[in-house]
Amino acid sequence: MLLIHCPYCDETLPEAEFAYAGEAHILRPDNPADVSEEEWRDFLFIRTNAKGPHYERWRHIHGCGRFFNAVRNTVTDRFLTTYKAGEPRPELDTLTEDGQ
Amino acid sequence: MTHFSALSLLKNAFSGNRKWDEQWPESEPKAEYDVVIVGAGGHGLGAAYYLAKEHGITNVAVIEKGWLGGGNTGRNTTIIRSNYLYDESARLYDHALDLWEGLSQELNYNVMFSQRGVMMLAHNVHDVQSFQRHVHANRLNGVDNRWLTKEEAKAYCPPLDISPTARYPVMGAALQKRAGTARHDAVAWGYARGAAARGVDIIQNCPVTAIRRDANGAVEGVETARGFIRAKKVAVSAAGHTSVVMDSAGVRLPLESYPLQALVSEPVKPIFPCVVMSNTVHAYISQSDKGELVIGSGTDQYTSYSQRGGLPLIEHTVAAICEIFPIFNRMRMLRKWAGIVDVTPDRSAILGKTPVKGLYVNCGWGTGGFKATPGAAHVLAWTVAKDEPHPINAPFTLERFGTGRLIDEAAAAAVAH
Repeated sequence: MLLIHCPYCDETLPEAEFAYAGEAHILRPDNPADVSEEEWRDFLFIRTNAKGPHYERWRHIHGCGRFFNAVRNTVTDRFLTTYKAGEPRPELDTLTEDGQ
Repeated sequence: MTHFSALSLLKNAFSGNRKWDEQWPESEPKAEYDVVIVGAGGHGLGAAYYLAKEHGITNVAVIEKGWLGGGNTGRNTTIIRSNYLYDESARLYDHALDLWEGLSQELNYNVMFSQRGVMMLAHNVHDVQSFQRHVHANRLNGVDNRWLTKEEAKAYCPPLDISPTARYPVMGAALQKRAGTARHDAVAWGYARGAAARGVDIIQNCPVTAIRRDANGAVEGVETARGFIRAKKVAVSAAGHTSVVMDSAGVRLPLESYPLQALVSEPVKPIFPCVVMSNTVHAYISQSDKGELVIGSGTDQYTSYSQRGGLPLIEHTVAAICEIFPIFNRMRMLRKWAGIVDVTPDRSAILGKTPVKGLYVNCGWGTGGFKATPGAAHVLAWTVAKDEPHPINAPFTLERFGTGRLIDEAAAAAVAH
């Protein structure tokens, strides 16, 4: 089971309290009517599916209920960091596994 | 290649089974091929087999980063069925089922295809309505599937608990009698043997690190751990790693890779006559010919390449199995593992051409690729040979995610399948 640090509760808790919410930092187009089919496809369906560090969203669904972001290595399943929604994307070279 | 027959078995029995030929040779990669297939699972090996047999293209290599059939081909729970809702899926999976029925004869290799029936349990009103809709849609498509009352379900699978006080009450079931299981390793080995006998090179322990494109953008070949291999056409059939390989060709895919777990129990005497699936509680169970209960779980909630998966999921599945089949609640489990499955947004495969000339893809089979093995391999070979899709895989394009013409089996099932 993954242990996940909620940046709002400031506690490291078991995965069962959290819901995965897909890749992070995907921006909805400001003007949906103006974008092409390809841009819609990319927004809706195309994902990085990174093998290695992956920026992703989690929700502390059985806790504070808030969404936050995380960087997790998808090969080892270890978290590099978690951070509040809206905070800038951390640079990978500043992170180490279990760095939180 | 030795032809397997009663006579050859007898002959080799007299020589202590020490004089069997090797089933396929260890191949060194050549500098150039007409077709390179990335991934030696059932789909990739099968495609090589049909390319050689039906299209006369024998200058083919199947390149595999690990060992043959060691990915999802060897990690699934071997369930074969074709009772999908939409016309496109019904055609594709039923095409596969047609080929399954003759596969042991076709390959002269016993894949132990056993049409013991797949029964899908309905636990609530939503399940009943959804499965009955499937039964009717299947009938219109000529796919065998019928509705059973809970008493009929119990008669078909006696270990089932249908008491009204059960934790997961059974309200009925859909039964596809043509469906069943096969020995997954034998499928990979049978196709490998058949392909190698027709001149296909099978190259194991050779990861493809990138796909190289020429100045015009067309495929030029693949970079591998053993150097560059030139190829006129490249077909990628790499399951959970497809997006990693395709990224190197500049093709981004609507795929996410999740661990899908399975486990087996200690072997016991024959007790379980069919395959039972409970989609609502994510428990899939059958008994192998060795006697182990083969149990399929769900995908973890997060993407991962770890081939491991989390224990909470296994715990949930085993708890559900014990509720539905109380007879098994003292069984001990022996092994568990995960395969990395490539899931598309509509839970249907992507099988066909890509925007890159000479590059083809067979992916997105998600949690249910094994059942499609012969069908997918057959139409992939057609697509590569003729540079156009077979009518059966024509709807399974990559373009559908732009046009919106999805084949939404995800919505149809409302759960993973």
